[in-house]
Amino acid sequence: MAKQKFQVILDRLPELAVRAAGCVQALLSNLVLIGEIPAPTFGEDRRVRFIADRFAENGLVSGSVDEKGNAIAVMPGSKGDRNILLEAHADTGIPSSVDHTILVEPDRVMGPGVANNSLGVAVLAALPHFLEKMEIVLDSNIIFLASSRSLARGNLEGLRFFLENNNLPLCAGICVDGTQLGHLSIQSLAMMRGEITCTVPEEYDWTRFHATGAIRTINEVINQINAIPLPNKPRSNIAFGSIYGGSGFNKVARHAVLRFEIRSEDDAMVKKILRQIRDICEDVSSQKESRIDLDVFTERKAGGIPFAHPLSRRARKILETLQIPCRVSPSTSELFAFIDRGIPALSIGITSGEVLAYPDELVNVPPMTAGMTQLAALLLAIDGGYCDEHS
Amino acid sequence: MNIHEWLNSNTFTYRSFWDLKHLVAEKENKGLRVSLCLPTLNEEKTIGKEVLIFKSELMTRYPLVDEIAVIDSGSSDQTREVAAQFGADVYLASDILPEMGSKKGKGENLWKALYQLSGDIIVYIDADIKNIRPHFVYGLVAPLIYRPEIKYVKAFYERPLAAANGVRPIGGGRVTEILIRPLFSLFFPDLAGLIQPLSGEYAVRREVLEQIPFPIGYGVETSHLIDVYRKWGLQAIAQTDLDQRVHRNQPTRDLGKMAFGILQTFLSRAEKMGIIGKLPDLGTVLRQFQVQGEEYKIQEFDIPEEERPPMISIPAYRKKWGLDG
Repeated sequence: MAKQKFQVILDRLPELAVRAAGCVQALLSNLVLIGEIPAPTFGEDRRVRFIADRFAENGLVSGSVDEKGNAIAVMPGSKGDRNILLEAHADTGIPSSVDHTILVEPDRVMGPGVANNSLGVAVLAALPHFLEKMEIVLDSNIIFLASSRSLARGNLEGLRFFLENNNLPLCAGICVDGTQLGHLSIQSLAMMRGEITCTVPEEYDWTRFHATGAIRTINEVINQINAIPLPNKPRSNIAFGSIYGGSGFNKVARHAVLRFEIRSEDDAMVKKILRQIRDICEDVSSQKESRIDLDVFTERKAGGIPFAHPLSRRARKILETLQIPCRVSPSTSELFAFIDRGIPALSIGITSGEVLAYPDELVNVPPMTAGMTQLAALLLAIDGGYCDEHS
Repeated sequence: MNIHEWLNSNTFTYRSFWDLKHLVAEKENKGLRVSLCLPTLNEEKTIGKEVLIFKSELMTRYPLVDEIAVIDSGSSDQTREVAAQFGADVYLASDILPEMGSKKGKGENLWKALYQLSGDIIVYIDADIKNIRPHFVYGLVAPLIYRPEIKYVKAFYERPLAAANGVRPIGGGRVTEILIRPLFSLFFPDLAGLIQPLSGEYAVRREVLEQIPFPIGYGVETSHLIDVYRKWGLQAIAQTDLDQRVHRNQPTRDLGKMAFGILQTFLSRAEKMGIIGKLPDLGTVLRQFQVQGEEYKIQEFDIPEEERPPMISIPAYRKKWGLDG
């Protein structure tokens, strides 16, 4: 029975897509207006205020900016007996000093942070308009959350705070990412993220034979980390995200920083690798007489919904019907906060993008129609109970 | 009304007009129609964003603007195509009032827009603004909707600095501070109250625009201010702070051309008004220099400041608006 009714939603997809196409300009407009407001983690308050105002202008109720800087508002459902959380992180990894001007062309939009995650929050701001034009009225309430302090040292602080203090029972969560359309995340990898900082003491004797700078010391740390054996089962990985240090060409560097992330399908493996990295840092530090600090500030546990969970199945079926190739891959982002509290959730992307994480990051406009159709259909499916555990 | 009173009563900030629902209701209540004109020449990089923002925010979300028109001088890039793709009405200036011929210059586009557009209020916004926001339009239109005695609203851009306490100087660009403000201070002291008189963003009632001539080149903004001031007085002019405008910076040599054109317009106005005596025939050639090796060369630029007559005197316009009964 549920399958037959879900088919009704799938049958509506072509019509929903036509209506979504007529609303894409509203999404682009929100993308520009939101994306040109700098929002580095812990400095996203202006962007959040703008989003909160947008929520109010859209007629959402119970709008507020909470003490962690999340913008929250509710679109009441006709029955209001269930609650779906729609979340996108409002912060970016881009400093305010960077020019945030966005370039708009008919087929693409370019600028720092447009994909991650200005488009995601623009979706929240534009969704009421889409739903109105698609003539979709849900029984369930939709809780809109533009979360703060998500990235890097923010460590999902805004989303966690909301989930800890929210009184409304949530039947499902959808995390909206700007890119990539077709990617679904239903599971969170175990993850630890941190910085290794090497500092050479001021009184260091540079005339000594073995005198080396901070960059060479960090290089030694990297070499030893690379030698850590990583298992294929559970799949595990160490990523070096960025490195910086020194101040010129011929001056011996006094300071160097390595940012890294350990990922694994197993919590214990992440902890084990971290212990090994800690040992390496202490060992190299003792040999080089440099100070090496290891700071781990982000931690996620592995988990998620099974591949066969109805939420996952319905989401994949919607993509298949829209003829969008689907790729299910684990995530280390906001999904973890839902999993941690036992709330079925997934992450979706809205469009395709390129040059991600660089100032000329770009998102493509034509796939946005399918991305928004996907989101509307997913909301209908959750609202209809077709994504519940035993549906 | 003296300049100090005017500054207090006729200077606004766009933030005062945040309630767009109320503004739209007031506009509808007064039966006004608003047309937005974007004059263009090779603006493919910025025009799409401007049309997108204004259409989505001020037509779809809040129906403040009734039409958005791009009046193009004959761009050789994709300006017209991009603008049309985002939903603007696109016109070639030379196709409007073809019997009047075609002249080169931004003022020509603004003048022809008056014929083509249907609004009671016309808003002109330059098409090269990188940080376009809806308030660029509603900040200029709102004083005209709320205050019937105001006829001409000019933009200025002043971002308050967080660290600034107390008094600090503000003003316009280089041409304004070196040429226009000294000229206004000498001959039209009241107009020196305009913080950025050369700003390319302004909103005006049709009843005013149709009665004043349009220099086709650099002098159009200066002449408008003088003509509106003479005909309707200082109280008809207002200015709105639009916060910040990010656009491409012009080289000093280009500003020299601008100043040359403006000066021609200003002197011509001053002569006609009898503020200064009869001038000899003035040239229209600006000379600038370049050097090659040890040889200095003069570059000559012909910058004639022609004028289009008040639109109300054009038979086709009178016919279109039924002004001859």
